[in-house]
Amino acid sequence: MPRSLAGDLTDPEMAQPYMKKDDDESEIEYSPFFGIEKGAVLQEARAFHDPQLDARRCSQVITKLLYLINQGETFTKVEATEVFFAVTKLFQSNDAGLRRMVYLIIKELSPSSDEVFIVTSSLMKDMNSKTDMYRANAIRVLCRIIDGNLLTQIERYLKQAIVDKNPVVSSAALVSGIHLLQANPEIVKRWSNEVQEAVQSRAALVQFHGLALLHQTRQNDRLAVSKLVSSLTRGSVRSPLAQCLLIRYTSQVIRESSTNTQNGDRPFFDYLESCLRHKAEMVILEAARKITEMDVTSRELAPAITVLQLFLSSSKPVLRFAAVRTLNKVAITRPLAVTNCNVDLETLMSDQNRSIATLAITTLLKTGNESSVDRLMKQITSFMSDIADEFKIVVVEAIRSLCLKFPLKYRSMMIFLSNSLREEGGFEYKKAIVDAIVTLISAIPDAKEIGLLHLCEFIEDCEFTYLSSQILHFLGNEGPRTSDPSRYIRYIYNRVILENSTVRASAVSTLAKFGALVEGLKPRIFVLLRRCLFDTDDEVRDRATLYLQTLNGEVAVGNTEKDVNEFLFGSFDVPLANLEASLRTYEPSEEPFDISLVSREAKSQPLQDKKAPGKKPPAGVPPPAPVSAVDAYQKMLSSIAEFSGFGRLFKSSEPVELTEAETEYAVNVVKHIYESHVVLQYNCTNTIPEQLLQDVTVYVDATDAEEFSEVCLKSLKTLAYDSPGQIFVAFEKPGRVPATCKFSNVLKFTVKEVDTSSGEVDDDGVEDEYQIEDLEIVSADYMLRVAVSNFRNAWENMDPESERVDEYGLGVRESLAEAVSAVTSILGMQPCEGTEVVPSNARSHVCLLSGVFIGDVKVLVRLSFGLSGPKEVAMKLAVRSDDPEVSDKIHEIVASG
Amino acid sequence: MGEFSKESCPSVKNILLLDSEGKRVAVKYFSDDWPNNSSKLTFEKSIFTKTLKTNARSEAEITLFDGYIVVYKFVHDLHFFVTAGDDENELIIANVLQGFADSVGLLLRGDVEKRTALENLDLILLCIDEIIDGGIILETDANTIAGKVATNAADGSVPFSEQTISQALATAREHFARSLLK
Repeated sequence: MPRSLAGDLTDPEMAQPYMKKDDDESEIEYSPFFGIEKGAVLQEARAFHDPQLDARRCSQVITKLLYLINQGETFTKVEATEVFFAVTKLFQSNDAGLRRMVYLIIKELSPSSDEVFIVTSSLMKDMNSKTDMYRANAIRVLCRIIDGNLLTQIERYLKQAIVDKNPVVSSAALVSGIHLLQANPEIVKRWSNEVQEAVQSRAALVQFHGLALLHQTRQNDRLAVSKLVSSLTRGSVRSPLAQCLLIRYTSQVIRESSTNTQNGDRPFFDYLESCLRHKAEMVILEAARKITEMDVTSRELAPAITVLQLFLSSSKPVLRFAAVRTLNKVAITRPLAVTNCNVDLETLMSDQNRSIATLAITTLLKTGNESSVDRLMKQITSFMSDIADEFKIVVVEAIRSLCLKFPLKYRSMMIFLSNSLREEGGFEYKKAIVDAIVTLISAIPDAKEIGLLHLCEFIEDCEFTYLSSQILHFLGNEGPRTSDPSRYIRYIYNRVILENSTVRASAVSTLAKFGALVEGLKPRIFVLLRRCLFDTDDEVRDRATLYLQTLNGEVAVGNTEKDVNEFLFGSFDVPLANLEASLRTYEPSEEPFDISLVSREAKSQPLQDKKAPGKKPPAGVPPPAPVSAVDAYQKMLSSIAEFSGFGRLFKSSEPVELTEAETEYAVNVVKHIYESHVVLQYNCTNTIPEQLLQDVTVYVDATDAEEFSEVCLKSLKTLAYDSPGQIFVAFEKPGRVPATCKFSNVLKFTVKEVDTSSGEVDDDGVEDEYQIEDLEIVSADYMLRVAVSNFRNAWENMDPESERVDEYGLGVRESLAEAVSAVTSILGMQPCEGTEVVPSNARSHVCLLSGVFIGDVKVLVRLSFGLSGPKEVAMKLAVRSDDPEVSDKIHEIVASG
Repeated sequence: MGEFSKESCPSVKNILLLDSEGKRVAVKYFSDDWPNNSSKLTFEKSIFTKTLKTNARSEAEITLFDGYIVVYKFVHDLHFFVTAGDDENELIIANVLQGFADSVGLLLRGDVEKRTALENLDLILLCIDEIIDGGIILETDANTIAGKVATNAADGSVPFSEQTISQALATAREHFARSLLK
């Protein structure tokens, strides 16, 4: 009979009505903890203070406390402390069962460091007890709650415990060592002799724990790990768990050594292969998985695939799952290696366990060849109806990549996707399908028309506003460029009649795009748009009005039709954060807000423009710190008469320091680039209290800069201690040309002594000059970092005629990532879609850049990098821009950089 | 709560024992992935619902869930779960589950159901405590685990399966008494 605590646990005070009155009534939920309350249990915990301890009762109270904690009940600090102190009294009892519960609750209460001292002596006594169970548990509890100080006191006992003849005690000490290692590595590392001994233990788990601890203490020392592996792979490890650890360490050693030795010789590979014949399945799996993760030859891979294939037909779901999951990963990089398993995988498609079935299908989709696609699609269709949405999404994604692999098979996959669209499903699933269709349309030209029609049918009966809007937007981009754009109009106009206002507004924009791009449809579209002028929703009416007026030419936007289209449908390349900042500083006046003055530069740091609105720096005085917003500069510069004729400020650089920190005079410079002028703004600070500088100028030597001629210099009358001043030097340069040069600068001034106590200035001054560092104008200064949201679209929308492609050898570089960032910074462009991040170990990489070149020319760049030889980097550079000449210039910049 | 890099040591994120409605009988978390009780409850509820309709009675089942692998087994009205990171060796985790379910079976003398489990909650909690320490596997052999829990003696010379619980408790007391007399 199981031990029944029911009678004891249900005290009179928490009596419950159903208790065993009638056997029939036990149907009603019965629990020994029925009606339990924290307050009452805390009261009961007073029994811990009784002089005559009732061990059994105390155990039950602790069980109740643990029950409460387990159910998520929390104790206040005071309650926890009270319980903890009460519990410590229980060490007086020698009842073994109670002691176990005491250990357990101390761990749960996790006492604070100032409370721990109360139990340490009791626990230390137990640690040296003759009873093995006490020793093992006391070690685990103590190590959980002590700090480094106390640890040094008990270190001696722990070392003893590691080599204790009882394996449970030894394991307890080793596992505690693993936990302690994180906070006190230097102490735990001193136990290595004892741990070494434990690794040789005959007890399976001691060996496992010993090995884990030994490796953790040495994991940063490659040589030591390598030695460890070479001594243990000769066959002294018996426990399967320890064997699994050894496999992990071995593959780590192999991975690290293969980067050094080029001959492909893998010292411990034989050991891994021998593990494939081990009797424990977990060891076989671990070895097979590690081999598949390695960069091995097909012949080396084959045995691992074979054992995994055997697992596929196991009766244990866990084993089948593990095998198919591993094969799925292999199929991503080496589909051919897995094709042998296709028959087994097809059987698994009907596996009871849906995770296994889904993994089997997605593996098949990766390994399948062109001829098997149709058959596979048929099987999947029957399978799809009875799996959950999340699995369906995985399948849809796998089909998408399969279709990109076999574009000729798009027809059957398109049909599959559109059938799936018609079936029941949640938003995420439908979104995955729509995304897949959109990808296929973009990648496979033949699939475009059929795909668009499927999408049109879908929005006829689509419950998701977001998806309808997305599809309408996509239709507007793709539809006008098909052979017969008029067939889509019906579907789009139906939305205007039948849908909610958000979708209606999107439909209006889509209609307008057709009207703008397809001349023949224009009159009919106008009829439809006019009907929208009476819509109940103002956004819909506004859009219709805007499109009618501009497309009709009633409101002039730009000069040509192209300008109108660019205005209505062109990409919005002003970062919203910048626009918001500019709008905040704009003050209502006669002058309209000019969006072209808003900086296009994407700022990586958050805008510092957090000043209270209306608190603007007075005109003429530049902002104290180099504010990130270019419009602050624009405002300041245009207030200076000499510069007002230069036109719109194109770009202002970050300040460049021209002096070392902590020198007498601190100077930095900001480069302001105009279309055919450059203004250098020298920010100077005098750091000597005893000096006043007068008539401060910068002498700029432009002899090396043939293309630049100085047009104006604004010097400083005085520069007092610690109040920064600005000197401006303006140059004229050829328009729209990225002229580069180097200037050398000398600061010239008259020094006057200042009596710091009285503040009096000496009348006599001495002329002096101060050499500051050279300044360079580089190509990147003529480029704004402007991001595009969809690089692919933007790329395709640019004239292919403007494309210029060339290849470059970059020589030996530190790494691919370093080469990518070097080229990016030479060009000064904005990396798009996270392509500036190079995955480690990548042998090739594509980086997408975008920017606006001086003269407001949009530029897009695709950089393809590849490693040839160990560190030799080659690069292919493709540029498209609004102006073919600029494409050539980009190449010149790279070639000369 | 310590967590370990995957290179080092197989580690368990949590052990759950739920009833047939998904309510807690006993749970233990070893990871900070679930920082508070409500995130724990959410996890338990979703994994319970997700696995409810599967047949995990004769053989342990497995699923990928929310970036974790969860191995589970049902016995009568009790649902056993063990969760680990998704790069863990599934068979090691299955081994832990097996040890957990079997040792609970031994401790409850085959009467594996919610009511008995709650009546013997102290044994269940001790059992979990003997299987995993701070995420690290301590022991997976059901006989050894049950022996450590029931006899309260680590050196249990008679294998647990060969003695009844009362015998086991008696042996423990005897051991203990002897050690006091020394």
